[in-house]
Amino acid sequence: MGEFIMENIYILGIESSCDETAASVVKNGTEIVSNVVASQIESHKRFGGVVPEIASRHHVEQITVVIEEALKQANIQPADLNAVCVTEGPGLVGALLIGINAAKAFSFAHGLPLIGVHHIAGHIYANALVQPMEFPLLALVVSGGHTELVLMKEDGNFELIGETRDDAAGEAYDKVARVLNIPYPGGPQIDRLAHESDGEVDFPRVWLEPDSYDFSFSGLKSAVINYKHNADQRGEAINPMHVAKGFQDSVVEVLTAKTLRAARQYNVKQVIAAGGVSANKGLRDALTATFNKEGIPFYVPPLKLCTDNAAMIAAAGTSMFKAGKRSDLALNGRPGLELLSWNK
Amino acid sequence: MIWLGIDTANSPLAVAIVKDGKIVAAETRNMKVNHSASVMPAIEDIIKKAGLSPSDIDAIAVSQGPGSYTGVRIGVTVAKTLAWTLQIPLAGVSSLKVLAANAGIYQGLVCSVIDARRENVYGGVYNSAHQLESVIDDGHYSMASLLEKLKEIGQPVLFVGQDVDVFWQQIKQQLGELATRAPYTFDLPSAGQLIYLAEQVELPAVEDTHNFVPTYCRLVEAEANWLKEQKEQKR
Ligand SMILES: Nc1ncnc2c1ncn2[C@@H]1O[C@H](COP(=O)(O)OP(=O)(O)OP(=O)(O)O)[C@@H](O)[C@H]1O
Ligand SMILES: [Mg+2]
Repeated sequence: MGEFIMENIYILGIESSCDETAASVVKNGTEIVSNVVASQIESHKRFGGVVPEIASRHHVEQITVVIEEALKQANIQPADLNAVCVTEGPGLVGALLIGINAAKAFSFAHGLPLIGVHHIAGHIYANALVQPMEFPLLALVVSGGHTELVLMKEDGNFELIGETRDDAAGEAYDKVARVLNIPYPGGPQIDRLAHESDGEVDFPRVWLEPDSYDFSFSGLKSAVINYKHNADQRGEAINPMHVAKGFQDSVVEVLTAKTLRAARQYNVKQVIAAGGVSANKGLRDALTATFNKEGIPFYVPPLKLCTDNAAMIAAAGTSMFKAGKRSDLALNGRPGLELLSWNK
Repeated sequence: MIWLGIDTANSPLAVAIVKDGKIVAAETRNMKVNHSASVMPAIEDIIKKAGLSPSDIDAIAVSQGPGSYTGVRIGVTVAKTLAWTLQIPLAGVSSLKVLAANAGIYQGLVCSVIDARRENVYGGVYNSAHQLESVIDDGHYSMASLLEKLKEIGQPVLFVGQDVDVFWQQIKQQLGELATRAPYTFDLPSAGQLIYLAEQVELPAVEDTHNFVPTYCRLVEAEANWLKEQKEQKR
C-alpha cells in the first residue's frame, strides 16, 4: 500500500435520555472539541426525583440551544461533520424522543449519516476520551439505572457477565439518601458523609452464588431501612454519618471484589469504571488501590464525563461509524434497548 | 416561497408542501402512527415527491398544540430543529385552529374538540364568518363547562374533530338543535390548512426559534400537585 492518509473524523453527539440535554463534537473518537450539558437537576429537586414529563418539556426548550452551542464552541460547520450520533436508549422514552428527533432533523437537513447509540456503550466509551482503551477490557458500569460488569474482547464487542438482579447501585444510593432525609440526588451527599464519618454501622454484604458476577442491593437497602425503623421505634436518633459509611462500605466492597475476580478470570489488560456512581470517591479509591496492587491498569473518567454527557455518545458513535453502522430516519427511542456488539 | 407543514399534535400525521400558494404535495395518515418513527420519513418522502431538497424549503409551519404531549413535542422538535439549522423562519399554529379551518367556508361558530380523557377536552371555538377569529380561547376544559359556555352564547355551532364522537350524546343533550356534527371529511388536520393559516401571519412569526415550545394548555401533574400543596401549607 502506498501513502495512507488518515482523515479526521468529526462526530456530533446528542444525548437526552434522562435529565440532561447535551451536545458535543468529538474528533476521531478520542478528542473532545466541545462538550455542552444543560442540567435540569434544579427543576426536579423539589419533586424528590426526575419527573419524566418535566424532563421532556425542558429538553424541547434546550435542544437546539445546546446543539448550536456545541457547534459554535467547536467552531465547526454541519458540512464538516461526518455523522450525527444520538442516544437511542435505554432511558425515559419521552426524553429520548427529543434528542432523537432533533438528530434526525439535523442529519436530514445536512445529508449526514445518522447513528443510534446505546447509552451504556456511551458511558463505557467516555474512557476513550481520556486514554486509549486496550482489550480485553473489563468495564464496571455503575449508574442510576445500571450496575453491570461488561467484558470487551475488542472494540465494539460487549459481553454482559454480571448485572444487578434488583436495584442499581445509584438507585440504592438515592433511596438510602431518602431514608436519611437527604435531598435528591443523594449519592454525592452519602459519599461525603461517609468520608467525614468516624464510625460505621455494620450492614450485610450480598455476594449471591460464589461464582456469580451478579449484584443485589435491595437487601442492603432494606437493612438500612430496618435499622432506621428500629431506632425510630426505640425513640433513638441515628447517626447519619455512621449509616452512610456502613452502607457505602458494603456497596464498595462488593463492587470491588467482584470486579477484581472477573478481571483475574478474564485476564484483562485494562479495567475501567463508568456511569454516575463511578464519581463516588470511596469507590474510585478502593478500585484504584485494588488494581494498583494487582498490577492491572485501572481508569475512571473525570467527574464531568461520568455523568450523562454527549461526548461519550459521540465517542461510542465514532467506533460504530468506523464499523459501518448506520440508522435510518425511522430511528425511534427504545427505553429498554439491549447493549449489542457492533463488532462481532 | 416554499413551505413545509407538519402536524403530529394528535393521532393523525399530516405533512404538506406549499409552493407559491399551491399545495404541491400533501399527506394525511390516520392509522396507528408512531409519530417519532414516522414523521421524518414522511417529511423526507414528501420533499422528494415534490422534487425538492431540504435546502429548498423557505419556511416551516407546525401545529403547536394543544394535544398529545409527546405528539406535539415530536412535531415541534423536528420543526424547530429544521428551521434553526436551515436558518429559515418558523410559524406555530394552534392545532385546534387547524381543525377549525377545515370548516372555513361554514358561516358561523366552529368548535374543535380533542379528547383529553376523564371527561375533559382540549377545545377552542372559532368564528369562521370572521376569518376564524377566536370566540372561546384554546384550553383544557371539562366538556360540561365548554358546553355551558356555548349554551350561553346561544348560537349554532359546528363540531369538528374525530373525538367529537366520544362526546356527541352529551353535546346533543346540552345544546340540542344548536349543535351540528361536521362530516367526517372535516375531522383530520390538513397540513395544507396549517400552512395557509401560517401564511396569514407576517414572518418571522416566531422571533426566536430556540425558545419555541409547544402549547400544552396544562401544567404537569406533579407541578400542579406541588403548587396545590404549597397553597395548602400557606393556609
Ligand atoms: N459521588 C457519588 N456517590 C454515589 N452515587 C453517586 C455519586 N454521584 C452521583 N451518584 C449517583 O449516580 C446516579 C446518576 O448517574 P447517571 O447520571 O450516570 O445515571 P442515569 O444516567 O440516571 O442512569 P443510566 O445511565 O443508568 O440511565 C444517581 O443515582 C446519583 O445518586
Ligand atoms: Mg447515564
